[in-house]
Amino acid sequence: MQFVAVSIIGCFGLRPRNDIRFLAIPCISVYTLHIGVPMSEIDLTRLHPVLDSYIPLGRSGLLPALHAAQRLYGWLPQEAAAEVARSLKVPLADVHGVIEFYSLFYNEPVGKRIIRVCTDPACALKGADGLLHHLCSHHGIEPNATTSDLSLTIEASPCLGLCEHAPAALVDDKAETNIDLEAGSYELGRPKSIVDGSLRLLTAHCGNGTTSLAKYGEYAALKKALTMKPEDVIAEIKSAGLVGRGGAAFPTGVKWEGAAKADGAPKYVVCNADESEPGTFKDRVLLLDDPHRTIEGMCIAAHAIGATKGYIYVRGEYPYIVPALENALTEAREAGYLGERFDIEVRLGAGAYICGEETALFESIEGKRGFPRVKPPFPTTNGLFDQPTVINNVETLCNVPLIITEGAAGYRRIGTEKSPGPKLFCVSGDVAKPGLYEVPFGVTLRELLEMAGGPSTEGLDKERLDPPLRANETDRIQGVLFGGAAGAFATSAHLDVKLTFEDLRAAGLPLGSGVVMVFNETRDLRDVLKRLGKFFAHESCGKCYPCQMGTQRQMEILDRIAAGNVLDGDMRRLQDVGWTMTDASLCGLGQTAAGAVLSAIKLWPELFVER
Amino acid sequence: MTITFSMDGKEISVEQGLTLLDAARENGTDIPTICFHEATTSNALCRICVVEVEGMRLLQPACIVQAAEGMKVQTRSERVVRARKTILEMLASTLDLSDAPEILTLMDQYGAKADRFPEAERRESAVKDDNPMYIRDYSKCLLCWRCVQVCADDAQYTFAINFEGRGYETQIGTFFDHAIPETTCVLCGQCVGVCPTGALKPKREYLLEQGLSPQEISVMNTGRKRRSKVTGQKSE
Ligand SMILES: Cc1cc2nc3c(=O)[nH]c(=O)nc-3n(C[C@H](O)[C@H](O)[C@H](O)COP(=O)(O)O)c2cc1C
Ligand code: SF4
Ligand code: SF4
Ligand code: FES
Ligand code: FES
Repeated sequence: MQFVAVSIIGCFGLRPRNDIRFLAIPCISVYTLHIGVPMSEIDLTRLHPVLDSYIPLGRSGLLPALHAAQRLYGWLPQEAAAEVARSLKVPLADVHGVIEFYSLFYNEPVGKRIIRVCTDPACALKGADGLLHHLCSHHGIEPNATTSDLSLTIEASPCLGLCEHAPAALVDDKAETNIDLEAGSYELGRPKSIVDGSLRLLTAHCGNGTTSLAKYGEYAALKKALTMKPEDVIAEIKSAGLVGRGGAAFPTGVKWEGAAKADGAPKYVVCNADESEPGTFKDRVLLLDDPHRTIEGMCIAAHAIGATKGYIYVRGEYPYIVPALENALTEAREAGYLGERFDIEVRLGAGAYICGEETALFESIEGKRGFPRVKPPFPTTNGLFDQPTVINNVETLCNVPLIITEGAAGYRRIGTEKSPGPKLFCVSGDVAKPGLYEVPFGVTLRELLEMAGGPSTEGLDKERLDPPLRANETDRIQGVLFGGAAGAFATSAHLDVKLTFEDLRAAGLPLGSGVVMVFNETRDLRDVLKRLGKFFAHESCGKCYPCQMGTQRQMEILDRIAAGNVLDGDMRRLQDVGWTMTDASLCGLGQTAAGAVLSAIKLWPELFVER
Repeated sequence: MTITFSMDGKEISVEQGLTLLDAARENGTDIPTICFHEATTSNALCRICVVEVEGMRLLQPACIVQAAEGMKVQTRSERVVRARKTILEMLASTLDLSDAPEILTLMDQYGAKADRFPEAERRESAVKDDNPMYIRDYSKCLLCWRCVQVCADDAQYTFAINFEGRGYETQIGTFFDHAIPETTCVLCGQCVGVCPTGALKPKREYLLEQGLSPQEISVMNTGRKRRSKVTGQKSE
């Protein structure tokens, strides 16, 4: 044991920061284990060649290195974690902290095969609990447990971004869809895309497998942009009125201008493909079916702000996107669109909704726990690696080539004056045809639902519906979860609301990430709320107190309400916790974690009192 | 340069660059803090210091937000009090505050009820007594991050501790839960010094609380061989 005990003046004393800094003792390595870890059957010689390629990345290589190590061993034994720490020069405790943060990293042995069954609302409506139970009893284990022979782990999972295929699961790195328990049939692999709507601009190449560069054609918009001055590109995006589609609705041109004007090099363009908002699956379809549109959008952004490096951060539950994306990047490199001037790296998340928050995403690329940063400073000046950065959602970037090709005026012919352009909606739940719908801003909720075939009764106890539901009887819905788990509920009273930023704002509904999840009259909304509560408690990063404790307290109360054990004052507790999270949390997760609950309290107060 | 702004209706002037908390303290206005510590990086975790700033949609943490010309700040508005009270009530339903008298005082001030959240799952864990200098009782930890920060680049650069889990289940921990002597910890005690709740406590203090006498403690706690049978025996 190489344990160095050093006694220090001022032990246990408080002193100002500058004083204590002098006491730093650089005499022992914090990257290597000082103890004899029991040398088990872990064969580190297999790890060394794998780690070599990540060493130049330093700490930023931590997530990729841990993914690689986990692919080798099936989990992350501490010897392997220590070897990663030593190679990348990351303190041991920090490596452990990172493993512990991400739910797809395991620090104990798990099954050779891992089945993750989504139990979030859209899947729950279609029998996710039954599926999970069936799988578990078939294999003789509890949910979130591993068989004794380490052949299989079954987990209940947050939304997998496969909601239009509900119920859905992820089996290792393959999507499991079209599950029919009775017939015992399912599809495994790359999920199909179900794309429809009154427009096919963003989704022009979606629905028929991955579009190759040959089929996509040359990057005409990029070629045009390269003949323009960067400030003119930005001016075009600004006058097109493009705002972010990732949830925060920030004007894209203003963001680009900020990064373009910021001092510092290198600058980065980051594509946010962490898509983990329950009910959202649009970015999965865009990236899987038409990766070149996003890549072209990023290249144009890079030209506009003077960036030399780009990242696409894909959520860990979309592993099947990575090969398609890597392949497209290779095509783009071979065609000369990427290379010296600007190139793009793909990063895979590891199971953390919070890493969709832009600053948490930067931390994750930097090899840290996905804690959001305090803002300001904003990403445009202090983003990835503290450098000027533009971060945009996949769908936002997909609008960029369209704007450059059509010109701002042409683009503005779509949509409304204040909400120009096309919009993707992820329609799921109780509709006849769940899927991705592309429409111009300005269609009504009713029109959208009618495109999706109206409310569905499939598989329902029709006798409970009184009078029976006829096809396309859109008024007969109980609620629509709008904008995702972080959104709010609408009812049939909102059916004629126009889907634009301005009309939705007036109706008190968030557009969010374009989620429209429908619940018919027979659904138990308490059960839906319980699942939303669990989602946020599971996904809170734990950094700030209102959300760290508030999501837990909210979940506990929603659990007992769903179980029919309402306590006196529970509604008031939910409101106090909800308002406190909304008002005082550090980031958007906590600030929206009570949105759906508070909207449900307004719409259906009777749900929160004793039955 | 000085700037002028209003706090609770009173015009005050302070040096530019001061946080709202600094400005309040200079002017005798009380804003409570929990995670804030002069010697460590401010991360605005606890949000107990939030205030209402006119024109801002959300409450603002006074410990990091800088005062600016013309700002209108309310330090005790209804929204502020509701947030502070709820945060305190959630803390009381989460951890053992018995060694955190300042927080108990705050609870009195804000009328926060310790039993506001019945049937709440508390964060409980066994006391970790694995080194001769300090014990770790994470049932009392309120996750202020100070210990992690002083152990890392706020002070000591030893990087012995970091986080386990996330969200409500977060806990401070070592690499794969190794005992402190097996980590890079140099037993400097910085973390114990900055811990606000008695979650980190000098071993001696802990043993005294457990009812041991100073003599008994010095025998068992030197980490050396017992000196002689005479001192080893209880002479009292
Ligand atoms: C908890 C949380 C999760 C988020 N998840 C995503 C996401 O998965 N994808 C995304 O594009 N934006 C997400 N965002 C929004 C991003 O922080 C950011 O605003 C967005 O990526 C900016 O791109 P845009 O301007 O193109 O929308 C999330 C925000 C929060 C608070
Ligand atoms: S609001 Fe929640 S997710 Fe965001 S920093 Fe606070 S604890 Fe983390
Ligand atoms: S152990 Fe003490 S110093 Fe460390 S985070 Fe917990 S309360 Fe803060
Ligand atoms: S995949 Fe199940 S709710 Fe989204
Ligand atoms: S004291 Fe300001 S957030 Fe904790």
